Amino acid sequence: MNPGWDFHALAPLIVIVITIVVVLFADFFFEYRGRFRTSQFATFGVLAAMVPVVTLAVDGGTRVMFGGAIVVDPYALTMQGFFLVATYITLLISVDYIGDGDYYQGEFYVLMLTSLLGMLVMTTARDMISIFVALETISIPTFVLAGWRKHDRKSNEASIKYYLIGVISSALMLYGMSLVFGLTGSTLLSEISTKVASIDEPLLIVAVFLTLVGFAFKVSAVPFHFWAPDTYEGAPTPVTAYLSVASKAGGFVALLTIVYFGFFDAPDTWQPVIWVLAAASMLLGNLAALRQTNIVRMLAYSSIAQGGFLLVPFAVAADGGAAKASFEAVIIYLLIYGAMNLGAFAVVITLARRTKSAEIESYAGLGSYAPWLALLMSAFMFSLAGVPPFAGWFAKFVMFRSVLEAGTPAATVLGVIAAVSSVIAFFYYARVAREMWFHSVREGADASPVQMPIALTFAMGVCGVIVLAVGVYPQAFAFLGDFAAGG
Amino acid sequence: MILAQFLVLAAVLFCIGVYGVLARRNGVLVLMSVELMLNAVNINLIAFSAYLRETSGQVFALFVITIAAAEVGVGLAIVLLIYRNISSPDLDQLDQMSG
Repeated sequence: MNPGWDFHALAPLIVIVITIVVVLFADFFFEYRGRFRTSQFATFGVLAAMVPVVTLAVDGGTRVMFGGAIVVDPYALTMQGFFLVATYITLLISVDYIGDGDYYQGEFYVLMLTSLLGMLVMTTARDMISIFVALETISIPTFVLAGWRKHDRKSNEASIKYYLIGVISSALMLYGMSLVFGLTGSTLLSEISTKVASIDEPLLIVAVFLTLVGFAFKVSAVPFHFWAPDTYEGAPTPVTAYLSVASKAGGFVALLTIVYFGFFDAPDTWQPVIWVLAAASMLLGNLAALRQTNIVRMLAYSSIAQGGFLLVPFAVAADGGAAKASFEAVIIYLLIYGAMNLGAFAVVITLARRTKSAEIESYAGLGSYAPWLALLMSAFMFSLAGVPPFAGWFAKFVMFRSVLEAGTPAATVLGVIAAVSSVIAFFYYARVAREMWFHSVREGADASPVQMPIALTFAMGVCGVIVLAVGVYPQAFAFLGDFAAGG
Repeated sequence: MILAQFLVLAAVLFCIGVYGVLARRNGVLVLMSVELMLNAVNINLIAFSAYLRETSGQVFALFVITIAAAEVGVGLAIVLLIYRNISSPDLDQLDQMSG
């Protein structure tokens, strides 16, 4: 029997699996001093996996495998490219941090690549079983990564909080999925989508609600966000960058897949839930970020709020002619958010190597002794706030465009809430810039030039170029969004 | 077959699990409560699968069992790590961060 394996379509996954095995074994054979080379294998593997993604994209078309459980289409390829680039940049910003701290290097890269493997599977999953397996493959390695500093109680606390929330959300999601299976008689999203509109059972509302709550925990939407600031603060900073960008995007891809390819024809069951999550995340996330003094906690609340902005297109997706516009909006927003947030974390890590502090006050006077770093940080902050000419404005633009295409009263109210919370957000992002440019260096602080490791500089450079280039020439990412939505 | 009894059993088991996760302070007991929640899902899946004569639910249950084992393995490792650092399985003692 020929199971119909399409090795071209599976090539990115195969390359990453080979890389995981190579990195795992390389760690045994290298002398202690040569361990840094494992990171080179890891980064090389991630870049190599880009090649089949590009050739598949050039090839075009949709490849269906395993009875429809795995589908490689333009949407999957766009998101695979995003996850590979995001992981590549995370690896670059991890190298010096992990090397300095003398942490277990080989295992760190193996776990990060395993999580990446889960994300690549997630982009192609079109069946509840494969979505669940992919989601757990993303999550389980990150539980361990969050507790990477074994003897630090804060890191322990980050790990157990993240772990407990992770398993509880999986259990809720699974309970919801088991009810969906019972009501529709299938785990395939394509079959669920044909039956879901004709089911007139109140149980369907419970089933969809529980499934969505599971995902809401994963993407840290308010009121399921309380774990995020503690986990982000306690985990090693490169892991925090990874959680707030790649892992969060994994949750959003799962949500996008299950809403668009599964529950789309029963909008009454999911739209009100997502509306509430979006509104609460935007308002509470931004208000809580205002009073943070630690930059990592501030970025944690900022990422909760950005998650709220990302949920806005979902909440209006089935209204009017907004389906395609909101699908594109989610993808474009994710791509831009990834670049600007990873860039901000790269600057935070560079400075933390020197100041050993994550307080916003320690950024005082940065503009006078490290002008380039301050300039980049300001660019990322204003981009997150959505100020032109940085890429963030385009992300906000596509989000508001989906709201306008929907045009219903509920969508308009959500648009107003989004606009108000964007204004609130501007204050705390601008506060970091004010600290860097308008405050003088604190007494006793070291004001010699900041040491810039090459990997971190390169990571910051790539993020900075993307943020500026997309801000000036948004067609570049608009094209990707259009490609992902199927032309 | 009578589907409702299995669903009620699963719902009760799931609620006991949720209660355990929220009320227990001992890390090991929290993990056991999580297991109850996941096994409630398995009962649901297998009951529906038998009722609908559709095997994919049983396949789903097999995946849930496998992954639950991996999850609990990682969870026990984390609880053990915390026990080494603070000499107690009491999760409420981990409260260094808030706000």
